[in-house]
Amino acid sequence: MKITVNGRPVDVPEGAMVSAAVSLAGITAFRRSVTGEPRGPLCGMGICFECRVTVDGRAHVRSCQVPCRPGMEVRTDG
Amino acid sequence: MDRYDVLVVGAGPAGLAAARAANESGASVAMVDDNPAPGGQIWRGTSPALPKAKVLCGARVVAAPTAGRLTLETFDSDFDVAYGALVIATGARERFLPFPGWTLPHVMGAGGLQALAKSGMPVTGKRIVVAGSGPLLLAVADYLRRHGASVALVVEQAEQAAVMRFGLRLAQHPGKLVQAMRLRAGIRYLTGCWPVSAEPGAVTLRRGARTWTERCDYLACGFGLVPNTELPMLLGCGTSVDDFQQTAAPGIYAAGEVTGIGGLDLSLVEGEIAGLAAAGQRDRARRLFAARERHRRFADALERAFALRPELKALATDDTFVCRCEDVTLGRVRRCAGWREAKLHTRCGMGPCQGRVCGAAVEFLLGWKQESVRPPLFPARIGSLSGERE
Amino acid sequence: MRASYDVAIAGGGIVGAACAAACAAAGLSVAVVEPGPIGGGATAAGMGHVVVMDDSPAQIALTLYSRTLWIESIPELPADSEYLPCGTIWVAADEEEMAEVRRKKQLYDGIGVRTEVLGPKELAEAEPHLRAGLAGGLLVHDDSTVYPPCAARYLIEKSRADVVRQSAAGISGGAIRLSDGGSISAGITVNATGAWAPELTPGIEVRKRKGHLAITDRYPGFVTHVLVELGYLKSAHSTTADSVAFNAQPRRTGQVLLGSSRQFGSEGRAIEAPMLGRMLRRCEEYMPELADLTTIRTWTGFRAATPDKLPLIGPCPGDERLYLATGHEGLGITTSLATGRLVADSIMGRTPHIPLEPYLPGRKQEAH
Repeated sequence: MKITVNGRPVDVPEGAMVSAAVSLAGITAFRRSVTGEPRGPLCGMGICFECRVTVDGRAHVRSCQVPCRPGMEVRTDG
Repeated sequence: MDRYDVLVVGAGPAGLAAARAANESGASVAMVDDNPAPGGQIWRGTSPALPKAKVLCGARVVAAPTAGRLTLETFDSDFDVAYGALVIATGARERFLPFPGWTLPHVMGAGGLQALAKSGMPVTGKRIVVAGSGPLLLAVADYLRRHGASVALVVEQAEQAAVMRFGLRLAQHPGKLVQAMRLRAGIRYLTGCWPVSAEPGAVTLRRGARTWTERCDYLACGFGLVPNTELPMLLGCGTSVDDFQQTAAPGIYAAGEVTGIGGLDLSLVEGEIAGLAAAGQRDRARRLFAARERHRRFADALERAFALRPELKALATDDTFVCRCEDVTLGRVRRCAGWREAKLHTRCGMGPCQGRVCGAAVEFLLGWKQESVRPPLFPARIGSLSGERE
Repeated sequence: MRASYDVAIAGGGIVGAACAAACAAAGLSVAVVEPGPIGGGATAAGMGHVVVMDDSPAQIALTLYSRTLWIESIPELPADSEYLPCGTIWVAADEEEMAEVRRKKQLYDGIGVRTEVLGPKELAEAEPHLRAGLAGGLLVHDDSTVYPPCAARYLIEKSRADVVRQSAAGISGGAIRLSDGGSISAGITVNATGAWAPELTPGIEVRKRKGHLAITDRYPGFVTHVLVELGYLKSAHSTTADSVAFNAQPRRTGQVLLGSSRQFGSEGRAIEAPMLGRMLRRCEEYMPELADLTTIRTWTGFRAATPDKLPLIGPCPGDERLYLATGHEGLGITTSLATGRLVADSIMGRTPHIPLEPYLPGRKQEAH
């Protein structure tokens, strides 16, 4: 299916999480820490909160736990 | 509000076993799990056979507003669920220890990278170093290799003697021994070795007197597992259980890794016992006690073999972040007298992970234990906590 | 530790810390007895609002004096005190509350407090996430917020007081008994233990008034000023009922801090889901989009409440060497600095900046 990451279309396999889509878009910095460090996913299971991105306008979404839906708009803060 | 005879929190091996046992005993059963699909961590992406229970995935417990009731939140909604008996099977998470460079984006957990790969993150052609501690490292390396990654090295901090003793214990569980040997085939595995720092595109390792840097696209690094005890702490029931897996609170059971890291087989039998007991089937539960005892011995061997060495306490410097949510350095945290002071004065542990990452690290480094848990159990929408519910 | 101090203070919250700093600035030697982290009681739980309040002339005098002291201290406050000069907007939901806005404006004009009346359009421009249909508000320019535990720690460090990490088991003029059996002797002792003050000094009219709070993840710019509904005054005013009042505050981190609730007679620290829910619903009534923001933590705290809404500051009638500095209800952060000055002035025999009489222990307190 197609979703957009930072305005660019990305093809993701059925069942993939938003974290996969961000990686497939070539992005390693999902967000910036409070002192500005680039950060990416750590735990892969929804407890570290490092993989947070904005999904369809909603901030602070844990990308590793949310499945992609067609037409989803993802924005990273990296 | 829906009500279930038995509500199982966690749809990993223990939770699935509990739900199946309760359901087969005639109880109405629901399972709740934050992950997008059942299976927990070890069975992520495998579509395990499901018992005839209501399965609420992508749902996390955020509050316990009254006895016998939990508030759940999903991506799109929030609602309360009532229960007669509760089985807590919330499993475990990886223990991450800080070291210089551990916050770089190419550093992930070992289970973490495997979970991300199972969720669709590409690893084909990536050069990966797997580091840290525990049998999980081999399972991760094997998975990554089978999915096209180039696993350069697996480094285990425990000494070879300790790992070998564990291997000999495995001989008492022949299936496990074969599994371990299969996992090890073709992978370079170093014991008594650990990461001292990560740099962009690399990791620096130490083994004895030797320190060297390995190139890697990803460092998959985790130092064992810690139980997800937040729900028992919120409920005040604790994770010590009796023979029937019942906690100190009547009607609240706990099974699997949340009661102590013990591996898959122990989780399955504990889950089954808890499910039977929660459904009032104590006699049938009793018949599983012997099997549980056998699997417990494996769990004890596991703990002894992979104990964390003291050198790991000296990896982080005063300038290394120990709290990633709020970017708080170890130096600032160390100057505090304890957790409460650190939280108030440095904000360590006050971010969205609610201490799930820094808590295990601080306990290992400084010996401080987390004292109490308040709602929300997980960051939750205000709307989930403000609802006026019957 | 010394054999004896000029002043020994029981309680290392912001009031005790402010007393320590003011006494030290007067040249006195100071000890502070505090078992937990500095600023770990109501100081940690509160919202950190520095605000002028006009419940009574004595309250205006104390809050205005103290707010001025906060403003004077800005250059020396460390970064982790997170001083934020955001101002307060008292939000009026209807014309009746706008009449109250105009009354306050007139009062504040008379005492030199800078304010501005906001009509519905100005209110919406100032705070776009407030719901439509509100009548307006009063912007109080020089109000601010701080992060209280770090402000309290700063005051203790400034005072160079000896901090004794124990509980105070007893207090009398001249000595604080410690939980390990030892004692601290001092010329003057100060009971600054907030909601626990009556346990140390039986008979003082201070009651615990529980409050719930919540804080969100980071949403920079969601709220810019401290927002308080005018109904807050009715909530704080009541001496009996459980009540909630909308109170939202920006933190420097971009997190939104939410309150407020008041209960008497609830002694446990646990979150009470119905009370928390009621408070959050009240907040959603004013800012509907709050419902979609993520909250990371909720907690409770105990204000120290007195019948006449004024703190107890000064020597006890029966024991002139025992001072009280407690009973600050929801204004502990605001009035801490003035409390410290009044205590130091009284000890030193100096004329205080504002009269001490309205706050003296032993005054006849009529609930009003």
